[in-house]
Amino acid sequence: MRSVLLNRRTLLATGGSVVATGMSGLLVPARAQGLAATPSMRGGSNNYRPGAPIVERIGGGGFWTSGTVRRAGDGAPLAGQRIQIWAHTTEGHERDWESHGATLTDANGMFRLEMPQIVPAFGQPHGHLAYDSGEYETVFLRPVMSSARDTSLEAHFVLQPA
Amino acid sequence: MLAWREPVYIAAGFAGIVALALMLVQPLLIGGYLPGLSACRRRCVHRWLGSALVVAVVVHVGALWITSPPDVVDALLFVSPTPFSAWGVIAMWAVFAVAVLAALRRRLRLRPRTWRLAHTSLALVIVGGTVIHALLIEGTMETVSKAALCALVVVVTIKVLVDLRVWRKRATSR
Repeated sequence: MRSVLLNRRTLLATGGSVVATGMSGLLVPARAQGLAATPSMRGGSNNYRPGAPIVERIGGGGFWTSGTVRRAGDGAPLAGQRIQIWAHTTEGHERDWESHGATLTDANGMFRLEMPQIVPAFGQPHGHLAYDSGEYETVFLRPVMSSARDTSLEAHFVLQPA
Repeated sequence: MLAWREPVYIAAGFAGIVALALMLVQPLLIGGYLPGLSACRRRCVHRWLGSALVVAVVVHVGALWITSPPDVVDALLFVSPTPFSAWGVIAMWAVFAVAVLAALRRRLRLRPRTWRLAHTSLALVIVGGTVIHALLIEGTMETVSKAALCALVVVVTIKVLVDLRVWRKRATSR
């Protein structure tokens, strides 16, 4: 019979991985409610301009921001939800009015908006997205691109009924 | 990269680079590694460049504030989503502290050793905070030159610390 070896290395490895999973949120206890709502991210609402218009495309395009919108609990896709997007791009600063635009989710709860290439601003290439229509609780996201050369960015919403 | 930015944002970035460059000259001066300057003159220039460093930091933060106020407020309050902001802000306060300490040095009648340790400790915070801040940022500087400049700053700072033996008990000739 093999005895269970618990030396310093295995202890560190298992302990480390438990801590890592715990910190990454994978060990969140299962809730009866199911899918948890997406919390707003730090700095997500920076340079937010309420009421940006729904547009075909922001500026000249060439970069795609996409994602999904679902309902907390059952995870049902939400159609016709307005998602506002803004970023520092090749055509303007975050706070510039023309850097802002909004789009609606399709029947599958998916949205996709073309905009100019996002460039690093304040040290990180990142976008801003908002759900702010009121039917669900407002959520501000601030996803960071893994590389400044990426030509697309994804962000996903799980909304809590207000 | 510069093409897509407003002048005030570019100014902010360059003020940061100037500050980093000054951080290289400061220990060079005080360690006496620059030829052709007398000790007295070196101190004088060190003082002037110290003031210039404060100005550079103020321009850096001020211009970023104009570019995007909420991001700077987040940084100053230590709630920014970007980890490097906190290091920059720590270094900023250390720069201000070092300037105030230098300005009040006579009035406070600090003993040379106390002054030396305080000044050096703050300088270390400034160098450490700034280098981490700069390395983590995707910004104005090109990556390799930035890393090289940061490495130089760290090496020269450590060299001065060791050469002058800042921690020694009795202040001897400088």
